[in-house]
Amino acid sequence: MGDYNAYIATDTIDGADDGPLAGETVAVKDNISTKGVQTTCGSAMLEGYVPPYDATVVERLKEAGATIPGKTNMDEFGMGTTTETSAYGPVENPAAEGRVPGGSSGGSAAVVAAGDADYALGSDTGGSVRCPAAFCGVVGIKPTYGLVSRYGLVAYANSLEQIGPIAPTVEDAAELLEVIAGPDERDGTTRDARDHGADYEFADAADGDVDGLSIGVPTELLDGADERVVETFWDAIDDLESQGASYHEVDLPSVEHAVEAYYVIAMSEASSNLARFDGVRYGKSGGEGNWNESFAGSREDGFGEEVKRRVLLGTYALSAGYHDKYYKKAQDARAWVKQDFDEALSEADVLASPTMPVPPMERGESLDDPLTMYLADANTTPVNLANLPAISVPAGETDDGLPVGLQFVGPAFGEKTIIRAGSALA
Amino acid sequence: MSDNAVDGDEVAHIADLARIDLDDEEVERFTEQFGEILSAFEALDEVPETDREADLTNVMRPDEVRECLSQEEALQNAPDSEAGQFKGPKVS
Repeated sequence: MGDYNAYIATDTIDGADDGPLAGETVAVKDNISTKGVQTTCGSAMLEGYVPPYDATVVERLKEAGATIPGKTNMDEFGMGTTTETSAYGPVENPAAEGRVPGGSSGGSAAVVAAGDADYALGSDTGGSVRCPAAFCGVVGIKPTYGLVSRYGLVAYANSLEQIGPIAPTVEDAAELLEVIAGPDERDGTTRDARDHGADYEFADAADGDVDGLSIGVPTELLDGADERVVETFWDAIDDLESQGASYHEVDLPSVEHAVEAYYVIAMSEASSNLARFDGVRYGKSGGEGNWNESFAGSREDGFGEEVKRRVLLGTYALSAGYHDKYYKKAQDARAWVKQDFDEALSEADVLASPTMPVPPMERGESLDDPLTMYLADANTTPVNLANLPAISVPAGETDDGLPVGLQFVGPAFGEKTIIRAGSALA
Repeated sequence: MSDNAVDGDEVAHIADLARIDLDDEEVERFTEQFGEILSAFEALDEVPETDREADLTNVMRPDEVRECLSQEEALQNAPDSEAGQFKGPKVS
């Protein structure tokens, strides 16, 4: 097993004797609850926390016969783009040493890239499955909002996040999605794909047939991207054209504001969700003093810097006098992004862009500059605002050998379309 | 950096509302960063008012007794408990 610091715990959880994933290993991000096995969310706050129940996706993995080899390292509570904000130390990128693996599901992508697990689960709030998949040269899918149950996922920003598969190939990722997808009475936001003109035969769609596929390329998502990334992206589009696909450029003016809207909404939801960590029911005890003093002490000690930053900014954005300026405007931007995507997808089967505008950063490079790190999420966050499905597949490497991911975005419940498109490349 | 960026007192006030103790160094660092980040968020002023989907509905299920965590399981992660209950700090 490689030394990438990709696992927080290596407790093995055995699944059923047979099933579609019998004999396969699926590593699970450490913000997904595993009964009897420590689940920390990469935070000192939850060190030693042992959930008394399984997340629905973990139950489904076990029923499918999978073995869970451990819980993977992550940015604390899912907050980060590099997997350097974990209380358990940063993760190294096995596909580009000295570089970050992307975040926040960096541990999950790293174990798959290193061959230490057959598959992995991550969670994607603003790109946290697709970004590390792109940086580590593997495949990641962010499902349509509601396709996969979030029961047992420790919430960061409920209206945006989905659990998604990470795997070496598109077909493998599609197989894992088949196992975890489907309605769940314990999560009222799940929706049945069959009520939306789709089905769950995702792996069958990985047939590589892109003849006649119409690809829209939003020019806004290429502007300002690293030249090496743009070059690799167009090479991949040429490859798809040679296989019978066609592309045209599309305008998505709203995406210029999506990353700001994403951060305002995600931070606002985080400030509310993380209020539960008070050191009484669980979490690090705050010690002496009255309730407020103890609560504030618990959170000062238990939370890392990025988590504090987002909880404070979210509290600010929701506070009296600023709600209309930030939160309400962000919700307008979210509605605008949805309309823009619907329009673009009425004239294309899928939209394609680089997953990340930059190749994997060097370790330590972005930690002192949070704004630059937030802006790196410009291409992935619009998809979460619009609740749409997206896949990141390896598009190739830059001349200096760094992995580049290509993102396909589809209409709601259009998983099979993006899987088909992606399978022509990986 | 914009002129109306937050000052240190404001950051300390927000930290108080969010119930997070911050040390002086953190207040100083966050004050600087928040100025820059909030300036970037000002770009949202350019967003046109947009009609939003109005089809949000509550999802309800029948309120029936079903299997749930035992008292022991519910308490197993609490730093402190007494007589089968969570034990918190005193209320002022």
